[in-house]
Amino acid sequence: MKQFDTKVQYLKYMVLREVAKHAYEGDLAESIVDIPKVIVPGKTSTMRCCVYKERAILAERVKLAMGGNKNDPSVIEVIEIACDECPAGGFEITDNCRGCIAHRCEEACKKGAITFDHNQKAHIDKSNCVECGRCAQVCPYTAIISRKRPCQNACKVKAISMDENLIATINREKCIDCGSCVYQCPFGAISDKSFILNVIDIMKKSKDNTEYKVYAVVAPSISSQFTYAKLGQVIMGIKQLGFYSVVEAALGADMVADAESRELAEKGFLTSSCCPAFVKYIGHEFPMLSENVSHNLSPMATIGKYIKSADPTAKIVFIGPCTAKKAEFQKPEVHPYIDAVLTFEELQALFDGKGLDITTLPEDVLDNASFYGRIFARSGGLADAVRQGLRENGLPAENYRLLSCDGIEECRTALLKAKVKKLDADFIEGMACRGGCIGGAGCLTHGEKDKTQVDAYGAEAMEKTIKDALSVLPRN
Amino acid sequence: MKLTVCIGSSCHLKGARQVVEGFQALIAENHLEDKVELTGTFCLGNCQNGVSVKVDDELFSVQPEICKSFFEEHIIAKLGD
Repeated sequence: MKQFDTKVQYLKYMVLREVAKHAYEGDLAESIVDIPKVIVPGKTSTMRCCVYKERAILAERVKLAMGGNKNDPSVIEVIEIACDECPAGGFEITDNCRGCIAHRCEEACKKGAITFDHNQKAHIDKSNCVECGRCAQVCPYTAIISRKRPCQNACKVKAISMDENLIATINREKCIDCGSCVYQCPFGAISDKSFILNVIDIMKKSKDNTEYKVYAVVAPSISSQFTYAKLGQVIMGIKQLGFYSVVEAALGADMVADAESRELAEKGFLTSSCCPAFVKYIGHEFPMLSENVSHNLSPMATIGKYIKSADPTAKIVFIGPCTAKKAEFQKPEVHPYIDAVLTFEELQALFDGKGLDITTLPEDVLDNASFYGRIFARSGGLADAVRQGLRENGLPAENYRLLSCDGIEECRTALLKAKVKKLDADFIEGMACRGGCIGGAGCLTHGEKDKTQVDAYGAEAMEKTIKDALSVLPRN
Repeated sequence: MKLTVCIGSSCHLKGARQVVEGFQALIAENHLEDKVELTGTFCLGNCQNGVSVKVDDELFSVQPEICKSFFEEHIIAKLGD
């Protein structure tokens, strides 16, 4: 499991791998019921109270790996029986409270929510507590802890609450599909739906790319993933899965950066439209700013549109770090250009489901985009590219203030200011995930080193400017 | 006439951009905008011998330095037929 951060990811991967393996072999229907037992054999439980519960949960994971509930259009689902019903009481005083004399907690609390019993031990009055955490910060005995569910903590748009059975539930009016809860739930009780079967089906029906050609569009964040192999081997592996050709989404990013810089100059104030979670967030919480969202399609859809303009029968699969892309590709304005979306986790499962050890493969090449298209993968990269786009279009880049918002909370702060026209910027780069796409929920690893890997990959691009990358595209 | 240049990774690294730019200039120079449709595609299945170019359905390999002579021989000459 060296390629994953957590055992939850590994478990999800094993299910995806088994489903993919049987789909490739053509015996999935007969094998579905056996998959949980293959993953959890024997009688000794290692994760839950008993192997039967473990297998029941795995059966739910198999369903999600096969596409989940088809009647529910959302891409993130709660596996109810996997939810551990974690305590969610907020700040609580523990037995560590010694009933001291200083009462720093009482002083720190601006709401008067701390009281003391006859033993001088502190108590929190929940009707007054606003969960600010100041009391916890000042307690010399670290006696005050926050009992907040990891999923609720992870969800910065406050879409997760508990139902009457204390099970996590997602408010679809608020969820932006970012997948933060998927990565953060320590029990793996929230998961993204998978389209691996759609991809395998597309591949089979193409009859080795003779009926139509299947293209993979890969996100530039791939440079920080599959670090146990060379990038060229990953590209070769994707082709050995049956893809006809592999194209960088970063070329779509170059096209977007060029168009977006001109759009910014024309409109004066703009937000990016690349991150589907950010765009959805604006739709939910800041509808009055919807007109200010760039009218460009995302890099994924832009390059998909280009490929299909040259090859109208093409099928296109996007491979990236993002769960929100699984919702984006189903939007009516994007669906004509993208046929399915995979995450890097799922790509790993497809490699292993097909028995491909990519470390043994020869290296292929991947080079379609410029440095600027490639750095879209990290926070700040999109704004750098738009700034470069302004310069290359002969526009006064120094006249525009470009703001990079790293994570949905920073986006919220900027949008709140923009709403009342108090924002000190002309362009908002909005990325829902911290660090940008390299922090996406569908990544294999989420490391600190990833940003430098993206920049190093960007620097390897043969084309150094956006216009150079675009001039490979014939203009008629 | 349809002129398709492969702009996939292999051909890109072998100079697809220079070939596209070359053809574009030659089409303009010879005023063939109405007669030659220049398009790009990702991979023509001929990665070892890039840059791959298709004239209608016929496949060729065109290095950037032979762009002009190729255009004269295979495009202009054929259009004159």
